[in-house]
Amino acid sequence: MSKTAPAVGDRIVHKEFPAITRHTLALYCGASGDHNPIHVDIDFAKASGFPDVFSHGMLVMGYLGQALTDAVAPGKIRSFSTRFAAITQLGAQLTCEGHIAELLETGGERRARIALTTKDQHGETKLAGEAIIAL
Amino acid sequence: MVDQSAVGRRFTPVTAHVEPGRLRYFFETLGESNPVYRDAAAAKAAGFTAIPIPPTYLFCLELMDSETPFEFLTALDIDLGKVLHGEQSFAYHAPVVVGDTVTFSPRVTSVTDKKGGAMTLIVVETEVTNQNGVHVADVARTIVVRNGASS
Repeated sequence: MSKTAPAVGDRIVHKEFPAITRHTLALYCGASGDHNPIHVDIDFAKASGFPDVFSHGMLVMGYLGQALTDAVAPGKIRSFSTRFAAITQLGAQLTCEGHIAELLETGGERRARIALTTKDQHGETKLAGEAIIAL
Repeated sequence: MVDQSAVGRRFTPVTAHVEPGRLRYFFETLGESNPVYRDAAAAKAAGFTAIPIPPTYLFCLELMDSETPFEFLTALDIDLGKVLHGEQSFAYHAPVVVGDTVTFSPRVTSVTDKKGGAMTLIVVETEVTNQNGVHVADVARTIVVRNGASS
């Protein structure tokens, strides 16, 4: 892919996504099989102590996965993990980024650890995670 | 409240089919345009036998084909309105592609109280195998239960 050898610090993942709408959440409810009403039914969300519905964490991780596979062939991803740092609200415009945090070798395979983040338009971190990829 | 007695608890295995129409709906929802996911010829050129699933889709397959989605919540007497997703991880051992049938075998591996019992963190680890018995992935999720403050 790249002509030069990958190095720690290289920013390889960067993608911005359109604002999350109620429609997005409704579609993702069906597309993901996650029918938890807290993401689509404002009455349920309020009864659970939230001011409104909010995004499925896995929708946000899905966007981060898409940003990752834009940069790295899917067959080269060995693992992918995230911590959900904050609730992602309606209207969030997400930016996913990732850079090489470490070069390593496992079982004779050269790999890189990619540090990943997803932030909203206010710069608040929603997801922080990492992926291990084969080089 | 969920306690240590839940550790080791196993739930009903779920067998799921990677159906092309459902997968396409997922890609449409996320605005996916990567040819490896949208064009079978591009997937084959990338070394897959058919269109592969994206990185988080195993989570979806388990929910979609479960006869009792969120079984572990009801089994552990947890209110759906009180859970948040804390962490999620996937370790991939072999490709999963359209046409595959995968089986999920979930179990509770840890229960941890936080903030003096105001929150409980529950880790569920799930081994995933395919129709040929190949161990294709390990999936883990951490669920945060808000024990106290919902009102």
